[in-house]
Amino acid sequence: MTIIEVDRLTKRYGDQTVVDGVSFAVEQGEIFGILGPNGAGKTTTVECIEGLRTPDAGSIRVAGLDPQQHGAELKELLGVQLQSSELPAKITVGEAMKLYSSYYRAPAGWRDLLEELNLTDKLGTQFRRLSGGQKQRLSIALALVGNPEVAVLDELTTGLDPQARRDTWGLIERIRDRGVTVLLVTHFMEEAERLCDRLAVIDRGRLVALDTPAGLVARVAEGQRIRFRPSGPFDVAVLEQLEEVTSVERAGPQVVVTGTGNLLLAVTTELARHQVIAGDLRVEQVTLDDAFVALTGRRPLTEGA
Amino acid sequence: MTALRLLTLTEIRLFLREWMNWAFVIGLPPLLLVILGAVPDLREPDPGLGGLRAIDVYTPILIAMAVCFMAFTSLPTVIADYRAKGVLRRMRTTPVRPQAVLGAHLVMSLLMAVLTLTLLLVLSSVVSGVALPGNPVGYLAAYLLMAASLFALGLLVAALAPSGQAASGIGTVLFFPVLFFGGLWVPREAMNDTLRTISDFSPLGAGVQSLQDAGAGGWPQLVPLLVLVGWTLVAGGLAARYFRWE
Repeated sequence: MTIIEVDRLTKRYGDQTVVDGVSFAVEQGEIFGILGPNGAGKTTTVECIEGLRTPDAGSIRVAGLDPQQHGAELKELLGVQLQSSELPAKITVGEAMKLYSSYYRAPAGWRDLLEELNLTDKLGTQFRRLSGGQKQRLSIALALVGNPEVAVLDELTTGLDPQARRDTWGLIERIRDRGVTVLLVTHFMEEAERLCDRLAVIDRGRLVALDTPAGLVARVAEGQRIRFRPSGPFDVAVLEQLEEVTSVERAGPQVVVTGTGNLLLAVTTELARHQVIAGDLRVEQVTLDDAFVALTGRRPLTEGA
Repeated sequence: MTALRLLTLTEIRLFLREWMNWAFVIGLPPLLLVILGAVPDLREPDPGLGGLRAIDVYTPILIAMAVCFMAFTSLPTVIADYRAKGVLRRMRTTPVRPQAVLGAHLVMSLLMAVLTLTLLLVLSSVVSGVALPGNPVGYLAAYLLMAASLFALGLLVAALAPSGQAASGIGTVLFFPVLFFGGLWVPREAMNDTLRTISDFSPLGAGVQSLQDAGAGGWPQLVPLLVLVGWTLVAGGLAARYFRWE
């Protein structure tokens, strides 16, 4: 069953079109990712879904509701974790949870949520004294306190250390296991690949691809990639003429060869013929990173960037 | 409504967790009252003040000052800070209306104002023998109107300031002229005609005049009350017009 339907959504700021005819549908119970570089229009898209912004064209339905006309009802169904949104510095975790649960008609038990998010021992701690990871967990708890059908999580793990990020991924999977549909905005490939059932790739306001992570990778499959450090100088042209090779690049002391078929054998044989030994040899599969570059023509941000 | 009640309660707690509020909004006016009350000269009738003692004149001014602290330091800073940090934005994604946070702040500010009023009246009466308001109903009405006009100004500052720090700065800049025309440094009775006229039309000048009239047992005059209503409507209207949640 489709729970979110976005149809030819367009949003302009002044004469700049930041979202340009984007359409996608999110199925109930899936983790749906919106992936794209910074400034691609991801956040604007979800803000239109949340009813925080008014689209210039196109339509949005969340559980059959138009965010602009039925904003109040929609907010009962939607749990939102916003990018960089804080709480009053001196409010305690318990006070915030109690307060936010009072906003909803049928809230979830906030003490259970804190338990689940491992925040029970922070009940009396003020917001300003929480660590980055704890703030994010509290933010997730607040997004879930209304017992939502859809949770929108925007750049949830930005600014977290790798361990906290992995913990958060586990959490998102548990949210989905509760039956909540998750709309996840991210620019981390690893996160999208690990968590999302399906992905919408947005670049410069346009939807450039919509598929499963594996489907996206298959779409741009350029085969394999071999990376090695040659034992001595040699002319890369000898590899370029091979039938299996599509490209050869020098990356510092390393050589990167991409191609298809029995690439490894062809390359090592040819190197041996020229008395070159391939040190630190690695064979890499195409990843979502590569798919992203192929789709958008830009390098994604890597973890920690 | 549970949400509004809890919001108000939470905002009161947060207010009491700021030492600045204890120092300035809650602590300073009573402290000044006690210090002024201890100066023998201020306890003697002064012909320049129409036979009143200076302490009698200063009591309503200090009461007004307490409201000013709330209106120009606490209220705009907190609201602008909430906006800058995305607190209001987060609220917009929930079923509660962000207006509820303004409502909670107004209710809290009025509660605090009435509390401070009671404290100051009791203190001035016990320590300095200042007579309690002769017309309590008129006094309270004048007081609430004055508070409303000052809070409206505070909200206007919150609406226009880009950040909590900017709001705090603008609030402080406004604080001193408003207090000056309320008669903190030169009592209104001792001002020359020009200053006195400006003071008559300033929120604190009109407020202090109304408090003094009701304190003396009469009713506040119409013009100062209209001045207070005018400030409330104009500043409140502009605040509503220019308020941004984000």
